[in-house]
Amino acid sequence: MEKILYLPTHEYIRIEGTKGYIGISEYAAKQLGNIVYIDMPEPDDEVSAGEEFGAIESVKAASDLYSPVSGTVVAVNEALVDEPGLVGKDPMAQWIIEVEMDNLDELDGLLTPEAYAELCAHETH
Amino acid sequence: MNSELYGTLVFELSRKGRRGCAVPATEAAAGAVHRALPESLLRKEAPDMPMVDEPSAVRHYTNMSTNNFGVDTGFYPLGSCTMKYNPKINEALASSPEIAGLHPFQPAATVRGALEAYYLLQSFLSEIGGMAEFSLNPYAGAHGELTGLMVIRAYHAERGDFGRTKVIVPDSAHGTNPASAAVAGLQIVETRSMPDGTVDLDDLRSKLDESVAAVMLTNPNTTGMFERRIPEIAEAVHAAGALLYYDGANLNPMLGVARPGDMGFDVMHINLHKTFSTPHGGGGPGAGPVGVRAGLEKYLPNPRVVKHLDGSFGVISDSDSALGRVTFWLGNYTVLRRALAYILTLGADGLMHVGPFATLAANYVMNSLNDLYKQPIPGPCKHEFVFDGLLDKSTGVTTLHVAKRLLDMGFHAPTIYFPLLFHESLMVEPTETESKETLDAFIAAMRKIAEEATSRHEQLKQAPLCTPMSHPDETEAATHPKLKWKDLT
Repeated sequence: MEKILYLPTHEYIRIEGTKGYIGISEYAAKQLGNIVYIDMPEPDDEVSAGEEFGAIESVKAASDLYSPVSGTVVAVNEALVDEPGLVGKDPMAQWIIEVEMDNLDELDGLLTPEAYAELCAHETH
Repeated sequence: MNSELYGTLVFELSRKGRRGCAVPATEAAAGAVHRALPESLLRKEAPDMPMVDEPSAVRHYTNMSTNNFGVDTGFYPLGSCTMKYNPKINEALASSPEIAGLHPFQPAATVRGALEAYYLLQSFLSEIGGMAEFSLNPYAGAHGELTGLMVIRAYHAERGDFGRTKVIVPDSAHGTNPASAAVAGLQIVETRSMPDGTVDLDDLRSKLDESVAAVMLTNPNTTGMFERRIPEIAEAVHAAGALLYYDGANLNPMLGVARPGDMGFDVMHINLHKTFSTPHGGGGPGAGPVGVRAGLEKYLPNPRVVKHLDGSFGVISDSDSALGRVTFWLGNYTVLRRALAYILTLGADGLMHVGPFATLAANYVMNSLNDLYKQPIPGPCKHEFVFDGLLDKSTGVTTLHVAKRLLDMGFHAPTIYFPLLFHESLMVEPTETESKETLDAFIAAMRKIAEEATSRHEQLKQAPLCTPMSHPDETEAATHPKLKWKDLT
């Protein structure tokens, strides 16, 4: 079964076994507006839970991207290099990086879709 | 403007062979050049320069100049930028031949007055900032920030304290703070803001340790709030062995009222184009003097101007500065002279009125609009304030729409979507140089927009309709910029 968890900083991770697909939430994509650039790591780079792994820039603002888990980058979404705007159109399908996770226990600290939805509702007041 | 006739680009007006005036033949001179230069350096083809007649060129540039918007044409309430009026006396003095004609290689004996003026500005800024000494060298605010952080690094390095590699900045900070820290080779750690926009002291304390080189703060901060707990913050920072850096971007309301040095700041820079009325130069020339408290003077860069015992002034380039140079000469001298002219024109009494009037103007505008726009932080504010969009968000009218509509009404837009603490940030800084009539006209425009958001929001979203350009495709411009005129065709 597919499982999706979130960080309070609006990144999601879709879990398939020991692989995780990390992107930004629909709420974050909506807040950012049109996306013009995504700074991504390279395959084989290490990412750490809670640490930044890249940045995303829209016509409104630039934000750091934080990794929900520790692990090794298996692949980046190459389509986003030429067309970063794809993330805004379908953020859940357009993951940014694919990661081989080091420690599945880290997932316990992440937000469930329900908890994340509540956080967003609170942010919009 | 009829852009088909006068051209949006001068290249579009060009017709091969057209000339503004007939130039006498230059066979002899050109021949001489040909003989003087080696073959490899000579052009084979004429450069592709536009060819237009004189009236077309004059009309083109005159029409182009009217597309500009600046403090000389209208109200410019750009938050965090202090777009105050630039008095013309500054320009007259700085462009006088005695100043504009100076050469950096002139012997010191021939520029005594110029050096005295430079020294005077160093002293005035030190007095205003509550610092021991100022360097006027840096070429811009960001350059001043970088220099200030280099001073801090040099201070730690000289004590043999090489483990301090981090700089703490608040999440409301100006983007230059983390950028300067990164350029200085330091790592950035963010500290949270309280709901009222001020520093969360508990969060800051939890991040202070022996790896922190400095904490950078703006006071009042970017939400226009004064950091009331600054003595406690300074104590915590110093207890951890770090230095406290003052980003002078928001010095305007403090001018002559409160001094960063007295608040416990160790190093600061000043944006002369904000507080001291020098032009916001569209990329330069600028000036970002950097000051330090007593004990840190020796870390300031060279060259500097000193007063000798006999009362004369000289340039020192070989003091034992740990930094060496950050500029080749003393700095952007004519910019510095504009700031000095501003200080001398206002005098001590005048300077002390700047902050209160800037603060009064901001509070007047905020309180005249907060029944229609959402004020997320309770007032009073200092020199600027932030709204979080319209109170009534049901119409879908956003901060961007409000800002665009203001352009139709003859106002520059406020700063939008900064600070990042709120989704619909709209940041207004009126400054002290605006009349009540101007502020009232801005308030009326903002109230009209709020009314339009209810009565005709679909039309409002089309604005601006009266500007040379209405809705550029910002995404396309950012992702596929066209940088050459030939790309347009």
